[in-house]
Amino acid sequence: MDYALQTRNLAKNFGGFTATNNVSLNIEAGARHALIGPNGAGKTTLINLLTGFLEPTAGRVILQGEDVTRLGQHQRVKRGLARTFQINRLFADLTVLESVTMAVNERLGVGARFWKPVGAHHQAVDEAVALLDSLRLLDVAHATTRSLAYGKQRLIEIALALAMKPRVLLLDEPAAGVPTTESRELFESIAALPRDVTILLIEHDMDLVFRFADRISVLVGGALLTHGTPEVIASDPKVREVYLGEAICA
Amino acid sequence: MSLATFDLSPLRRADRWHPAELAFWLLPVAAYLVFPDNLVLLTQIAITALFCLSLDLILGYAGIVSLGHAAFFGFGAYAAGLLAANGIGDPLAGLAVAALASAALGFVTSFLVLRGSDLTRLMVTLGIAMMLYEVANKLTDLTGGVDGLQGIEMTPLLGRFSFDLYGKTAYWYAVAVLFLLFWAARRLVHSPFGLSLKGIRLNVARMPAIGAPVNARLSAIYTIGAAYAGIAGALLAQTTQFVALDVLSFNRSAELMLILVLGGSGSLYGAVIGTIVFMSAHHVLSDMNPEYWQFWLGALLVLVVLFARDGVMGSVRRLSHAAGGRRKGER
Repeated sequence: MDYALQTRNLAKNFGGFTATNNVSLNIEAGARHALIGPNGAGKTTLINLLTGFLEPTAGRVILQGEDVTRLGQHQRVKRGLARTFQINRLFADLTVLESVTMAVNERLGVGARFWKPVGAHHQAVDEAVALLDSLRLLDVAHATTRSLAYGKQRLIEIALALAMKPRVLLLDEPAAGVPTTESRELFESIAALPRDVTILLIEHDMDLVFRFADRISVLVGGALLTHGTPEVIASDPKVREVYLGEAICA
Repeated sequence: MSLATFDLSPLRRADRWHPAELAFWLLPVAAYLVFPDNLVLLTQIAITALFCLSLDLILGYAGIVSLGHAAFFGFGAYAAGLLAANGIGDPLAGLAVAALASAALGFVTSFLVLRGSDLTRLMVTLGIAMMLYEVANKLTDLTGGVDGLQGIEMTPLLGRFSFDLYGKTAYWYAVAVLFLLFWAARRLVHSPFGLSLKGIRLNVARMPAIGAPVNARLSAIYTIGAAYAGIAGALLAQTTQFVALDVLSFNRSAELMLILVLGGSGSLYGAVIGTIVFMSAHHVLSDMNPEYWQFWLGALLVLVVLFARDGVMGSVRRLSHAAGGRRKGER
């Protein structure tokens, strides 16, 4: 089996508190993998460990067969691991096109060019424009990020990650704070991503998770409770007990 | 909107020269004709503007706060001064040596400065400048200590224009260097590198997640800023043919921060205009009242910070936006 992303006995302690407890996760290449669990289960901590935002107390992170535990965030990004943030982390005063072009610049390795203007780097600009087009953001391309509605800003959050042309994409509650009507559209965009991009999704909305994911892992108290196909997870009494409860019974 | 009809020009046009900018650069010519007796002051303004530009690059664009930027100014001044005092009086060679020396100092200290938060950075930059000040103070054999570095003799600029008593050569020399380095800085801030600096200032936590090596970029701009400051210091040493110990003083660093805030940080013209306003005000106020002039300067600053956010350039932007809005409304 080909794995896009794996962890081996990954652990993270904050002082005496164990946020991630001996997690060994296998995410298959091309999977639509969801990570669920009650609040405080350590989902975001796990994402932060995977991306190198945090350093683990113990254990390893393996990206496409390569041990990346000691690599910094930007080095993992260069190897094809991109993420979005639960709470927008955008560039308020830049226009949408500037933000995305900046991200594309970094992927193309022209981010440190200091002589020719941004607009003269045609490959990066063209790619940014095409990406905005695919997310239907062209009409706001020249608007500053701060002037946009939250739902649109969520899309920019995703655009910045997609600009990395990731092999593995980690989405931390992409629909958080987005009105229901817009969140459907947002998930259509995500579902339309090429199948060879592996996606790990954290999401609270169980409807979305069960519609979107082909694999689900359940995290409780920092440890992996179980994992399997949506059918298996939905009928697992342990999962019902600790987490799903009425959401599934209803 | 579709790909075919999408208009890229707002991005493409961002680096074009605005007519107002071209007009702005006629100011040095106008100043020369209107105030032919104040060339020394005008030269100081050009030099300080370049120094302020260097702080703007690291603070205004990259967001690195510094209370010790005089370290690089002074280091460049001593480098150029010592070179000329030891028989190599070519001005451009002096600028090159000063730029390299200050850049090297900037590169090495960048690793100290980039650790930690804003407050740490303030303290580290302050500390480095203080140490350098005391070193220069102590090495009297080399720097002249509190008596200053003397014996600087400059050969003619480009082998042709000697530094005259009226300061004409000095003035045009300083203005030309300011303009060239301003032009280079302008290219830099409109480049992908400049854009990534803005990204770092706006959201440093996001930058690694889009694959940008934040510390390498900050280290690079800190080095460039140090080189600019070193060149400014060298210009002062060469045009006054003297280096006083206060080139390294805390006062110089703090005043520079003041000037940048006054003009508007994050705008290259803010740095230059802030310098013109500050030094003119300084000149006029100290003429009127040699003892208490700082009172009025202080009042000006408080007013700017309270009522004209982003300094002079911020106000200019808001006014032009307001005017643009009204014009659209009329249509």
